Amino acid sequence: MKPKSISAATRPRVGKWLVTGPPLAYLLLFFAIPSLIMVLASFRTPGEFGGLAPLFEEGRLDLNLDSYVRFFSESIYAQIFAKSVWYALATTLFCLALAYPLAALIAKSGRRYRDLLLLLVILPFWSNFLIRVYAWMIIFGPNAALARTVNGVLAWFGHEPVPLLFSSFAVLVCLVYVHLPFMVLPLYANLEKHDQALLDAAQDLGANAWQRFWRITFPLSLPGVYAGAALVFIPALGIFAIPDILGGPEDSLIGNVIKQQFLETRDWPFGSVLSIVLTIAALFLAGLAACVARGNLGTPSSVKAARA
Amino acid sequence: MALLEIQNVTRRFGDFTAVDNVSIGIEAGEFFTLLGPSGCGKTTLLRMIAGFDLPDGGRVLLNGEDLAGRPPERRPMRMVFQSYALFPHMTVEGNVAFPLQMAKTPAAEIGAKIAAALEDVRLQGFGKRYPHELSGGQKQRVALGRALVTHPAVLLLDEPLAALDAKLREEMQIELINLQKEVGITFVYVTHDQTEALALSHRIAVMNKGRVEQLDAPSKIYGFPRTRFVADFIGQCNLFSGPVAASGNGLVTVDVPALGPVRVATDSKLAPGRPATIALRPEKIRIEATAPADTPDNHYRGTVADLLYMGDVTVYRVATPGGMRVEALLANSQSGRAKFFEVGDAVEMSWSVEAGHFIEE
Ligand SMILES: Nc1ncnc2c1ncn2[C@@H]1O[C@H](COP(=O)(O)OP(=O)(O)O)[C@@H](O)[C@H]1O
Ligand SMILES: [Mg+2]
Repeated sequence: MKPKSISAATRPRVGKWLVTGPPLAYLLLFFAIPSLIMVLASFRTPGEFGGLAPLFEEGRLDLNLDSYVRFFSESIYAQIFAKSVWYALATTLFCLALAYPLAALIAKSGRRYRDLLLLLVILPFWSNFLIRVYAWMIIFGPNAALARTVNGVLAWFGHEPVPLLFSSFAVLVCLVYVHLPFMVLPLYANLEKHDQALLDAAQDLGANAWQRFWRITFPLSLPGVYAGAALVFIPALGIFAIPDILGGPEDSLIGNVIKQQFLETRDWPFGSVLSIVLTIAALFLAGLAACVARGNLGTPSSVKAARA
Repeated sequence: MALLEIQNVTRRFGDFTAVDNVSIGIEAGEFFTLLGPSGCGKTTLLRMIAGFDLPDGGRVLLNGEDLAGRPPERRPMRMVFQSYALFPHMTVEGNVAFPLQMAKTPAAEIGAKIAAALEDVRLQGFGKRYPHELSGGQKQRVALGRALVTHPAVLLLDEPLAALDAKLREEMQIELINLQKEVGITFVYVTHDQTEALALSHRIAVMNKGRVEQLDAPSKIYGFPRTRFVADFIGQCNLFSGPVAASGNGLVTVDVPALGPVRVATDSKLAPGRPATIALRPEKIRIEATAPADTPDNHYRGTVADLLYMGDVTVYRVATPGGMRVEALLANSQSGRAKFFEVGDAVEMSWSVEAGHFIEE
């Protein structure tokens, strides 16, 4: 007879697989395997009419580093990369600057208003992303009130009129607009948990409002800041629809180049190389942020100051 | 004039009066306690002293200066919060350094001051730890060290020991007494625990429903409670009510129904017929198996209705023939003998005219 303990021990393990199995299978099927296919594609030769050339040519394996060589030898791609990082960084910083006071306001408001304000933050998700981007096209349009007001003021100072649409300005504004909720929500979730007694204690110990923010609230909100930054920075780094619709030719970002490689130039291996570099860059920057976060939490500035 | 003057302070929340016309003068170097049941307005009063809340009426003066215009960060007082409120992202040193940095203490002096404060609260060697790495008692000490490091004029403590277990609480009480003596800072201490208040304080203000019922030294509060509330709240107390039967020569006799005439020595003049209440502590009552040899001032018979053995003492509830329950307390000073009487035993109770005293109604 089988000892009872074994069946009792296996049962939870079966349950665990039932729970974790489907999502694991999903990730394997739709993330891990496609990623591996992409890595393989990056070493292959583009086909004559797009797609990929056969893997076996005249009995030998056709794998090469041509696309990687191209990426590192033509500086234009590194420049576009740098520009994309720059746009993503600017988006993250603007989102942080706008979201922090908003999240703090929501966290501080009473129960009734809090839910309403949160609803307003996520309300834009109810309409399609592309529709919202096209809406900005109308707002920035040359005959819209915004452009006419801006150019009216400029003319008053004797300045040439400027186009708002198809500009870096339009791209950045829309990037910030689209990503703002992703910064507000984690910040709110963090700030909402803060203990008022800590602020009272800080005030009692002589800290004014500014010192209370910088020494207590802000350091304690850093996990929320990092979560929001990651949620904004990573998608903003790979975005292509917004520069496509609202940007000029100068505003092409890495996402646009990747899309171009697959849909227009039909150079799949090179597109794969760009995608891989983008993924690695995002992972690297996220890892760097995590390290900074841990270092920051490990030795707060107050302690350094106390030791000095 | 006292160091800290609370003058006719009132605080209302809507039509509820949390603090009702309270006036207290606290002297420099005093260990002063606000004692009262939960919800009686102790925290509200303390927060008005600290400046987190402003009175609707009355004033708070420190060294004769009205503090009304001063926010908490500019009052030379420190508060120790019940939850400790340690900054979780700073080490013990960082926490203790915080008020020094806020006071713009030169960096060269900060290290020595932190070390001195940590020594005061016996936490040497814990400077590099984070709050989550400390026990409850240690957190409490950090909160004390942080509050004391800048040598404030007054330290405000809101039930600082409530979260500790009984053994540690007793230890911390002794430490608090020593610490207060050592640093010589005025302590304003809030608690709902009467034994804690009696053990720690130089003076106690007993609060009830936002008012101060009695302000006295611990021995006076315990021995001579002035009101029914104070008598009831501070330890056990027998309360005998009835009309005054006779009065004169510093002796008043009250006719207590179900017990009999009770004689009390008093200076106050009570007209016969007037209702009066006598407070009598259980330990002032003598109970014996046989009638006392001398002729005591007050002497009654009864039977033990129930008893509570507490180790050091036993509390007997004696039923009189008239149906009244009188509580008496006997120290179990003879080792090996748990109690002197059993339930159902007939006993003789007696007490002197000095044992009881009149309270206000
Ligand atoms: N901010 C407030 N708003 C409304 N009522 C309050 C507020 N603060 C305290 N109270 C009320 O005032 C009374 C006294 O509270 P508190 O001072 O905290 O009592 P204690 O500290 O003696 O337990 C309580 O009944 C409480 O509900
Ligand atoms: Mg309280």
